[in-house]
Amino acid sequence: MKIDHELDTFPKLLFNRKRLTPERPAMREKDFGIWQTWTWAEVADEVRNLACGLAASGYQRGDKLAIVGDNRPRLYWGMAAAQCLGGVPVPLYQDSVAEEMEYVINHADVRFALVEDQEQVDKILEISERCPKLEYIFYDDPRGLRHYSVKNLSDYGSLIEHGKQFDSDHPEFFSSELQKGSGRDISVILYTSGTTGFPKGVILTHRNILVTVINSIEFDALTEKEECMAYLPMAWVGDHIFSYAQSYVAGFCVSCPESGATVMHDMQEIGPTYFFSPPRIFENILTTVLVRMEDSSWIKRKMFDYFIRVAKRCGVQILQKESVSLVDRVLYFLGNILVYGPLKNTMGFSRIRVAYTAGEAIGPEIFEFFRSLGINVKQLYGQTEASVYITVQTDNDVKADTCGVPFPDVDVKISDSGEVRYKSPGVFQSYYKNPAATLETRTGDGWVSTGDAGYFDDAGHLKIIDRVKDVGRLNHGTLFAPKFLENKLKFFPQIREAVTFGDGRDYVSAFINIDLDAVSNWAERNNVPYASYQELAADSQVYEMINDCIAKTNADLAKDSEISGSQIKRFLILHKELDADDGELTRTRKVRRRIISERFGSLIDSLYSDDTRGYIKNEVTFEDGRKGMMEADLQIQDVKTFDHLKKAG
Amino acid sequence: MDAAEAQSHETERVRQFKDLILEVDGVFVSFGGVKALQNVGFSVYKGEIFSIIGPNGAGKTSMLNVISGFYKPSAGSIVFDGRDRTSASPEQVARMGFARTFQNIALFKGMSTLDNIMTGRIVKVKSNFLKEALYYPARNDEVAQREFVEGIIDFLEIQSIRKTPVGKLPYGLQKRVELGRALAMEPEILLLDEPMAGMNLEEKEDMARFVLDVNDEFGTTVVLIEHDMGVVMDISDHVVVLDHGERIAYGVPDEVRTNKDVIRAYLGEH
Repeated sequence: MKIDHELDTFPKLLFNRKRLTPERPAMREKDFGIWQTWTWAEVADEVRNLACGLAASGYQRGDKLAIVGDNRPRLYWGMAAAQCLGGVPVPLYQDSVAEEMEYVINHADVRFALVEDQEQVDKILEISERCPKLEYIFYDDPRGLRHYSVKNLSDYGSLIEHGKQFDSDHPEFFSSELQKGSGRDISVILYTSGTTGFPKGVILTHRNILVTVINSIEFDALTEKEECMAYLPMAWVGDHIFSYAQSYVAGFCVSCPESGATVMHDMQEIGPTYFFSPPRIFENILTTVLVRMEDSSWIKRKMFDYFIRVAKRCGVQILQKESVSLVDRVLYFLGNILVYGPLKNTMGFSRIRVAYTAGEAIGPEIFEFFRSLGINVKQLYGQTEASVYITVQTDNDVKADTCGVPFPDVDVKISDSGEVRYKSPGVFQSYYKNPAATLETRTGDGWVSTGDAGYFDDAGHLKIIDRVKDVGRLNHGTLFAPKFLENKLKFFPQIREAVTFGDGRDYVSAFINIDLDAVSNWAERNNVPYASYQELAADSQVYEMINDCIAKTNADLAKDSEISGSQIKRFLILHKELDADDGELTRTRKVRRRIISERFGSLIDSLYSDDTRGYIKNEVTFEDGRKGMMEADLQIQDVKTFDHLKKAG
Repeated sequence: MDAAEAQSHETERVRQFKDLILEVDGVFVSFGGVKALQNVGFSVYKGEIFSIIGPNGAGKTSMLNVISGFYKPSAGSIVFDGRDRTSASPEQVARMGFARTFQNIALFKGMSTLDNIMTGRIVKVKSNFLKEALYYPARNDEVAQREFVEGIIDFLEIQSIRKTPVGKLPYGLQKRVELGRALAMEPEILLLDEPMAGMNLEEKEDMARFVLDVNDEFGTTVVLIEHDMGVVMDISDHVVVLDHGERIAYGVPDEVRTNKDVIRAYLGEH
């Protein structure tokens, strides 16, 4: 693709927006209960001042600017400002503990940091001794920071003031810096929170992202009229593409929620037309809906149940414009007025034109639920290394269990070992300061290994089974795809997280984390007393309930000859929630199998013995960083399994 | 960045004050034969965090009730900002710039967080019945009050429960809403009755943080009651210790901590 030199970096695109649509909204943020709006002209001017402020502090071309915090307009502007000066923004996960930040800050040679608030400033000051290259810290929210007397720590406001001064002293500086930028420059370094080892810094150029973004805008016909919410970690490539890059190219408005806890409510007010999220958000929304329905009046519950059944029967077909009987059509219309419409409004999905789920496989039942309500959710398969897009589902050609067809300009093939590999203009340059890992992933022939096992179905849709290294076999030869089983389990609102074992074993067994919201609600209604997560997890009635869920999953698995043998025979409910702070999950909430099997080894042994109880003692990290020992004696239960029945005929 | 600087980034909590805001002198309170307070006196400086501590039944809440005008002392005086206000009513005390929270939360359970905090603005509403009956004056006033309340909601980080009826909230959050309502009165002195009672460690730390922030951001003088010594000693500038209605110690936390009478009151006689 040919890209004009005048529009080949994101800062240049920002100033292009200022020329084209100066008065259209570029960003919104809810503050003090009111939505504040900034137009493209205002954003461009702010970024200019910010960039000049950075330059006044000595920011050089190629310097890295760490960005740490929730989604705040000023942090997004910080990214643009760094790029204006030929610098590289390095967004970090805001909930990282200090040690994790220390690694990235040192590895990325960060000299400047723009952070959200006191919490992040404290974290960075804690590690600043061990980060010799870090010189300047700027913060957005001054609350609680007034009495800090640290050199080179200053607030956003004074940065802007210095910028204005610098700009009027050096009026030519900014435009010349802006023009120096080219599409080949590094646009961003995104650290992937991999499931193993230290995070790797993925280097993407402006051109990498730009080509991908232009294709995606064409693909979904995105316009400047879209509305989207920026609520996912800024360090995640998805947020960088959807809330930053696409917005600068297409010119649509991005809204930042008031706080992490208000996202659902803010979404209802904004009514996004374009939405993206990992499956867990859809899971959470569905859980919330189901829990609230259980609490509602008899008539509402009956109505909900009835019309959800109607939607299940014909909703997806109606969305995909397929033929549906007149009776169903009328019922669906009625359901839309009585149930689906109000429900979509509560979820903030009334105006959705395109929604994507990515990052992990979504449970087919969850996926179908949203689609049957008429919400155009599609699946996308992507990676940081590919500037997101590898395969994507097209409108009206959506299947619950595939990831769609290759994205424009992307070539995908399956290697002999069953691994998915691809080639595209969005392919990353290298891992920062890690040539060995780069070579391993991006082999000489230009193809990139994803590490995912998958295959193309007859219609040319890609199906991902699991990570190549995680797919295993049971001793009797049945395929064991842990993530596939876990996703099935996680569809039950009572189950928040599941970890299955089975590779090289005689049968499959599972660890379960109950969903505290859903189960505590059930406990309240059924007068089950409990004082803590641990106590609730050990309750015999809860065990019974989870046992039922797993039995249902087994019944489902029995229908498919390929996987019927991987029914879950034994399980236990863990006494603690798996937590990223303890290293058991990644920051994007993927389970880290190796760490879990090390930490809970004694429990796994008990699952594969005749024991009815398992004992465990291990170290946990509390929120304030202290560590403590936690021990538990857990119940182990057997689950009913089913024989595979061949369908008659 | 210099390591030494990074470590000393927060100012030491030994602070100097010069103006007195509240002088309590020789206060006696009794209920029938029970002497709740006997000859208690202390002074609170403007801008400090002052704690009244003591074991159960020491007379802490009685003392707070005297300060907030719920009880009239049978002897002694209370001087606020140089004026004697010993016999002022609770309503007058509130208008003078005192706001308080209660040991067992006293919120309107059926009303939202926002509405509860709005009730704190009543003392600040300037308009009268006639003006309130007209659309524009009433609206302008409401907008101004709401703006202030939104500032408090932001400050206490309770945006997500803005519209939630407080009866549905967990205990720790209700305490925070109550603090919000007290702050809405823009008090000169904030009286907190066991703000951390019944909380877990994390909630206690959050509350302590908010008390420090209130004191720091708005310069509000804080008088708080606690029977848990731990948190109090960390955040207070001065402490008075009561036992059986009498003052047994008074001073900066370090002095009080090592005071023999205080140790005896808390741990009992050997």
